[in-house]
Amino acid sequence: MKKIYPLILLVMLSLSSCAEDLDDNLKAAVTTQFNFTHNWNGLPVTAADFNTVKFANENSDSLSIERLRYVISDLTFTREHGEQLIIEGHHLIDVSEDIGLVYSPELEIPTGLYTNVSFTFGLNNEYNAQNHLDLNSVSFNVPEMLGGGYHYMQMDGKFIAASGEEVGYNYHSIRAVDNPGSNPTFPQDTFFTVDLGAINLENNATFEVKMDISEWYKNPNLWDLNELHTVLMPNSEAQILMRENGQSVFSLGTVTQ
Amino acid sequence: MKYWSVFVVFVMVLSSCSTDDSKGSVSYEAMPTPLPLNIPPVFQENVLGPIIPNNNPQTVEGVALGKKLFFDTILSGDETQSCATCHSPQHAFSDVTPTSAGIDGDFGTRNTMPLFNLAWNYGERFNWDGSDLSIERQAITPVENPIEMHSNWEGVIAKLKDHPEYPELFKKAFGELPISKTLTTKAIAQFERTLISGNSKFDNYLMGEVDLSPQEQNGLNVFMDEARGDCFHCHGSPSNPLWTDNMFHNNGLDAVFTDLGLGTVTGDPSDNGKFKSPSLRNLAYTAPYMHDGRFETLDEVINHYSEGLQNSSTIDPLMKKVSQGGVQLSAQDKADLKAFLLSLSDPSFINNPDFIN
Ligand code: HEC
Ligand code: HEC
Repeated sequence: MKKIYPLILLVMLSLSSCAEDLDDNLKAAVTTQFNFTHNWNGLPVTAADFNTVKFANENSDSLSIERLRYVISDLTFTREHGEQLIIEGHHLIDVSEDIGLVYSPELEIPTGLYTNVSFTFGLNNEYNAQNHLDLNSVSFNVPEMLGGGYHYMQMDGKFIAASGEEVGYNYHSIRAVDNPGSNPTFPQDTFFTVDLGAINLENNATFEVKMDISEWYKNPNLWDLNELHTVLMPNSEAQILMRENGQSVFSLGTVTQ
Repeated sequence: MKYWSVFVVFVMVLSSCSTDDSKGSVSYEAMPTPLPLNIPPVFQENVLGPIIPNNNPQTVEGVALGKKLFFDTILSGDETQSCATCHSPQHAFSDVTPTSAGIDGDFGTRNTMPLFNLAWNYGERFNWDGSDLSIERQAITPVENPIEMHSNWEGVIAKLKDHPEYPELFKKAFGELPISKTLTTKAIAQFERTLISGNSKFDNYLMGEVDLSPQEQNGLNVFMDEARGDCFHCHGSPSNPLWTDNMFHNNGLDAVFTDLGLGTVTGDPSDNGKFKSPSLRNLAYTAPYMHDGRFETLDEVINHYSEGLQNSSTIDPLMKKVSQGGVQLSAQDKADLKAFLLSLSDPSFINNPDFIN
């Protein structure tokens, strides 16, 4: 008995039929590429900057980064009247391993004016509840007793604690959860939308998406690693603080087309 | 609101067909018969597919040849050692001693790694330090290594060419190509890829076929609890039943390193003391543990994580309360964690006749 496992890739583009009014504007379609870059208060950060205590956060704690990976999803192009083109699916960026820093969606985007380009930091609840083989394979899961699904971000490193010793920290962002166990509850959503702003798409375009890592520790909540450095996954308050600080983390860099 | 949506749907279709249809056709040149890997349902449902290089497809003849080579002492300098001497099937293809002796009686410095689910090592970094970048290439090293099989490939190829059976077996597997180091390691790698373990009690639990005992269930909770074991960030979970992240970490064994591990390979001091996270499958058969086989029992391993952590600059930030040696698990949690770990062992793997000489 010979078994064959063909992999059938079905790409179904379902465009709504009520778009006649747009058709005139949508003659050409172009490719888009998103380059994820990272900085600490404006200073570029790559994997080469990891593993040494060289950053200081707003609370003046010295720290290193050893691992930084996060997932984004539902890249969305919004047109004038609110029509949205959503590229469903997720994309994992692993700065530590130099993986996924460039995201080139398969789908071509019609040219024209878009009032906003946006994506979800993390995964929305419905999508988070599905089984994603690629994320399982890189151990990005959240334990079932915390509601299952996936990390939104895993940032690990060390900081110099008030005692003077070097201590590990685990800044892991997930869906906020209370009552860990077989019936966890979810006080509030912690994935969020990142708006990159308007774009007039004329040609194949490359967007730089910048993450200022220092913002995770800064604004509006001053983060004190001495108080919040580990076991933050079951800490719904910490998760909500992370979500609040996340709002100012991303911004649009250069766009070339 | 008008709404455009784009659905990208990946559908894995699993179909099967029989080889019978080829029987009618007349073929003069024997072609090797494809032999797809037997992928366990828990892998199929949860993780990405195995890595099989395009230039070395799995075939019945290739696997049979690879198996014979794996168990054959012809690969070693004085013909006393085969791969299986160190990688023994009853021990999930590992060795019972902390380190293993080569043909000259010299001991290496590392514990023989168990061999299973190698095709699911997505990064293809093999050995404790990730030094070999494919299964094929890994198979080259032990033959030449002076403290292992201490042979040389020209000698081995000459012996295989003169052998009463091998020339025919190579021909069946690879056609008219001359016997070479490349073909020999390709065949061995094909056999190694068939060493798949996915039928433990815990796998059967995931398939809904058995229940966990209360002890095993609590052990799983300890494993998954960030405040207690927090093992899942490195060693997989019910959603990653490989039970490894295939990555390299320093899990706090030493304050001063005698073996730099990944650091030897990358030359980066921040990789010193990092080793591959081993899969936690088949621990019942693979003692002793860690890269140097320093722990005889799982109790010692658990005590290490609970109160024996040694600080160093490269210790993984996931290791908690390092200054107190660890998170100090209760005796009950330790016992339950052990019970859970043992539920990941797969007796059908060590008793599989396909894997035994
Ligand atoms: C003398 C004992 C010995 C012999 C003989 C031996 N090995 Fe090994 N094997 C080891 C040790 C020790 C390691 C770990 C090496 C390291 O990390 O540097 C290892 C590692 C491996 C690995 C890496 C597994 C992983 O998950 O990364 C593979 C594959 C392997 N051996 C296959 C073989 C094959 C094939 C042969 C025969 C050609 C063989 N070995 C012969 C001791 C041995
Ligand atoms: C930071 C990642 C990490 C975490 C967290 C972690 N481990 Fe490990 N584990 C490793 C690495 C790396 C090794 C191999 C270390 C070496 O040999 O130098 C290892 C080795 C082991 C081994 C030995 C396996 C063998 O075949 O030799 C066992 C058993 C084990 N870990 C169990 C656990 C348990 C139980 C927990 C939770 C209490 C845990 N680990 C947490 C990374 C981790």
